Amino acid sequence: MSGDPIYTEMIIEYSRNPSNFGKIVDAHIHQHDANPLCGDTIDLYLNIDDNKISEVKFDGHGCAICMACSSVLTEMIKGKSLEDVKKFDKDELLSELGLEHLVKTSPVRIKCALLSLKSLKYGIYSYFADKLNDSESAGNLKEEAANLY
Amino acid sequence: MQSTTDSFEDLRKDFPVLNRRVRDDKKLVYFDNAATTQKPNQVIDAISDYYQNHNSNIHRAVHALAEESTEAFEDTRDIVAKFLNIEDSREIIFVRGTTEGINLVAYAWGRDNVNEGDIIVTTEYEHHSNIVPWQLLTQEKKAQLKYIDIDDNGELMLDQLDDYLSTGKVKLVTFSHMSNVLGTISPVKEIVSKCKNAGVKVLIDAAQSVPHMKVNLNEIGCDFFVFSGHKMLGPTGVGVLWAKKEILEKMSPFLGGGDMIREVHKYETTWNDLPYKFEAGTPNIADVIGFAEAIKYLEKIGMENIRKHELELTKYALEEMKKIPGITLYGTKEPEKRGGVVSFNFNSVHPHDVGTLIDKEGVAIRSGHHCAQVLMEKLNVAATNRASFYIYNTKEEVDVLIASLQNVAKVFKL
Repeated sequence: MSGDPIYTEMIIEYSRNPSNFGKIVDAHIHQHDANPLCGDTIDLYLNIDDNKISEVKFDGHGCAICMACSSVLTEMIKGKSLEDVKKFDKDELLSELGLEHLVKTSPVRIKCALLSLKSLKYGIYSYFADKLNDSESAGNLKEEAANLY
Repeated sequence: MQSTTDSFEDLRKDFPVLNRRVRDDKKLVYFDNAATTQKPNQVIDAISDYYQNHNSNIHRAVHALAEESTEAFEDTRDIVAKFLNIEDSREIIFVRGTTEGINLVAYAWGRDNVNEGDIIVTTEYEHHSNIVPWQLLTQEKKAQLKYIDIDDNGELMLDQLDDYLSTGKVKLVTFSHMSNVLGTISPVKEIVSKCKNAGVKVLIDAAQSVPHMKVNLNEIGCDFFVFSGHKMLGPTGVGVLWAKKEILEKMSPFLGGGDMIREVHKYETTWNDLPYKFEAGTPNIADVIGFAEAIKYLEKIGMENIRKHELELTKYALEEMKKIPGITLYGTKEPEKRGGVVSFNFNSVHPHDVGTLIDKEGVAIRSGHHCAQVLMEKLNVAATNRASFYIYNTKEEVDVLIASLQNVAKVFKL
């Protein structure tokens, strides 16, 4: 099975040992989401300091793709400014794991790959829009999240 | 036994899709029959013949095509009635599928008969289609929805039913004849007799049973019985609701419109006779006619033979899967108490990953919650893998599944 386009060494490794796996109690941002198709769930926790993501964790039940993408996403956004994270694009995440092809080859599995990114965008949206009452900063993240896949 | 297996293998030639190669030119092994079955040429041809030679609306016009179409449509009703051992085919209502049938009962019967404080009893192993309509009804009516739990063996804990019935508040007990995840066959006789003694109505969701075993509705004695055609070789979009005539006659209509009326005036309408009172609008004529061929096909094989064949496959699959380290099997250990459904998890590998990896070998199973999230919660899993068998499946195909699982172990370095 070498050369499997989905189940690469990296994905298997992350699925066995996800990064930043766990909870943050009383996190500034806590976003829960689920994939109605398979019943996968994810909880994303973020703490914000100085407009930067100072801490990030996730937990939930998901497949190898979901676990790997969530791990990589949390690694990529840690320490980044909220402004940068707002612009974070799905291709950045997918290419990090060599999963760009999923967009075309697997309309089902792409949902597993992007569940955490969707939660991130929703989470930041409600952080600005609901918690800080700053709809300008929240921008159109909600639409972006809804149209991610 | 050899001869039985051989004759079942002969059936494969009737199913064109089984010749398909999928993915990297792999032979298709179709084990997702609990979701929907494949269709034989007999069914496909009947639908095509209808559109090519007879297509017409039914029940109204007097021209030749309308008469032919009406006759073929109504013949199907008789075929279904005979198949279920029902004397009066007017008790057979065509619906879109099991989901619509249950919703019809919840809406039309439920709204007139369920009141504040009443109890509807269902079970932990129901499909969402036998949970959500009752949630909607009980919420609207301020009634209560209660569950019969399952034990560690995946079987219903019937003493809970006794407790519910003893309250005197139960209006309906609704349960699946066979669990679509665990394969458990419900103790129908026992449940129905308990309910009848208490004067309580019973609905049976037979989506997973009617396709796989002989059902004699005359003997069962329930009040409502619902199933889908597409899980028994028929086309999608055809289902059957059966209910006793006395109940159907008293029930309010479900959908209003053409065909279900006797006379319409500006502010009042009288209803048509059964079964048309519940069949508003142009029905799914072509697929109902195709469904007749599906039933004829199954009857030719014999439902007892089908059950025997599936039991043999299920026993074999369970035995072979038990040999694989890291497999967790769900449901009762006694094959006789279950249908041709095997749900499992494989170490900690997520079912979606298992599904994707074995799909590469051409094996189609279902991975997910199977529209049974209440049961998933009970089993404390997010999802399971499910292989489900039908008449055209073979032991050799089970072997392909087993081999492909060993490959999953390799990829995940188990």
